[in-house]
Amino acid sequence: MEPQHYKDLYDILAHAQGYIFPNEIDLQWGILIVVYPFITGLVAGAFILASLERVFKVTILKATYQIALLTALSFLLVATLPLISHLSQPQRAYEIMITPHSSSAMAIFGFVYLWYLMVVLLLEIWFDYRHSMVLWSQEKKGVMKWVYKILCLGVTDISPRTLSWDKKLGYIITIIGIPSAFILHGYVGFIFGSIKANPWWSTPLMPIIFLFSAMVSGISLVLLVYMVISRIRKIAIDLSVLDSIGKYLFFVLILDFTLEGLDQIHRIYEANESFEILKLLVSGKLYLTLFVSQGLIGTIIPLITLAFLQFYRGRIKLRKTLYFIVGMLVLVGVYSMRWNVVIGGQLFSKSFSGFTSFKVGLIGLDGTLMAAFWLILPFGILAFLLWLLPPWKMAPEED
Amino acid sequence: MKFYLPPQISRLAIAFAVFITLFLVARHFLVPETFGQYGHYRGASLDDNAMPVIHFSGQQACLDCHQDIEDLKLQGPHKGIHCETCHGPGQAHVVSGEAKDIFKPSGREFCGNCHSSNAAKKKETIHQVNMSTKNPGKNCTECHNPHQPWKVKK
Repeated sequence: MEPQHYKDLYDILAHAQGYIFPNEIDLQWGILIVVYPFITGLVAGAFILASLERVFKVTILKATYQIALLTALSFLLVATLPLISHLSQPQRAYEIMITPHSSSAMAIFGFVYLWYLMVVLLLEIWFDYRHSMVLWSQEKKGVMKWVYKILCLGVTDISPRTLSWDKKLGYIITIIGIPSAFILHGYVGFIFGSIKANPWWSTPLMPIIFLFSAMVSGISLVLLVYMVISRIRKIAIDLSVLDSIGKYLFFVLILDFTLEGLDQIHRIYEANESFEILKLLVSGKLYLTLFVSQGLIGTIIPLITLAFLQFYRGRIKLRKTLYFIVGMLVLVGVYSMRWNVVIGGQLFSKSFSGFTSFKVGLIGLDGTLMAAFWLILPFGILAFLLWLLPPWKMAPEED
Repeated sequence: MKFYLPPQISRLAIAFAVFITLFLVARHFLVPETFGQYGHYRGASLDDNAMPVIHFSGQQACLDCHQDIEDLKLQGPHKGIHCETCHGPGQAHVVSGEAKDIFKPSGREFCGNCHSSNAAKKKETIHQVNMSTKNPGKNCTECHNPHQPWKVKK
């Protein structure tokens, strides 16, 4: 072998501990695949929060209803982009959509995604905003007049009868939307949970765990977005809204924590042949992201704080600050959970006798900056949507 | 009661019909022509895979004409070594049948590739000679039959 080959070999061996197979040295799925389920989870979670208001008539959450829907839309538009930019040949991404195969989980996901985008989210927003968009198209001048006209698809009828249909249809869409949101994110969990060769992923609980962590992250995001928007608009943050969202967050977080705990307890009790390597994995390479970031920072501290906020009715400023901090911590925790699943599942060898290592790059198509870009872009889209469809300028509801 | 179709429903139906039609039209043009010819893949990809030029013919193609040489080779330790190991890729020769299209190794260095002495090689499995002292300046094939090198020419 050439001297360069020896040098490369030594560089590679420095990444490995114990015995690993040659194809396990490099991780195939990097940080962008961590970002993807994180973003999809935010979509599903935000939508489910919006549905709570609509289906279960939680009137106090009305202030966050449109914000939650638009947040879900902004993130949904970006959800597939980390996946596509991760491909070596992104220009071929459309191919799984035009020739799908029922045995390909990713191909069917494309249709689940389309269904959710076109039939659920866009329609629900459209029915909700149609009345306002018609009014805006009559008030505005120039280009914007035409923009709203096009957005209404030219339907300018706002008679009480048509408006009542908007409500009815929107309600039906919401009902369809809840299972759709569950399927959307359950599917992401399924893609990992169904990989039977990987003991860290392969559990039927995976879709459910993903779903509940999605709800946790989506609710936190809407909480944060609501607080930030109120601050920017210089209006008072309604504490009863925060308390209400906080209550849901608390309950869902308990469920999420229980489910993840159940998964781990099951794993520990079963202690099958993969257990030794997984024990080394969580106590070694995943220690910080699993126990500290996901467990302590993302779950335990928020749970204690939220429990405290359930009965603490004291200083308003403190409560608002605590809600904000809890929201941030939960997002960090859920992001860490995605990291632990995606990266953790590739760190140990399927020989159960060794580890590889992962160092995320800063630049490049698979680097941190790219991931950060996909995480920031939805906020830009959200700002645009809030400008185009401001919830606070909507036509008043007639009951 | 008269049937009432809300205007937004009919407009949405049109919008969806347009979207689905556009998808189907795009699909019509984007799906490769030979897709599904043999299975759930592009049929022409088989031709793509068959396109690379073949260089190595494989042992069997050599034996069709040169079985006599193979018989010599089979009698000794070189029996496991295929023709193209020493003669190089032979497909061009198989097609043309001309001697110029096949490599005919010669020279001490060529044999030395395997047989020069090296402490890391096992003496029991491979015959090794010191190339600098063993009949310097002479070609190995002057004394050894290249297809039966374990025999020395009389």
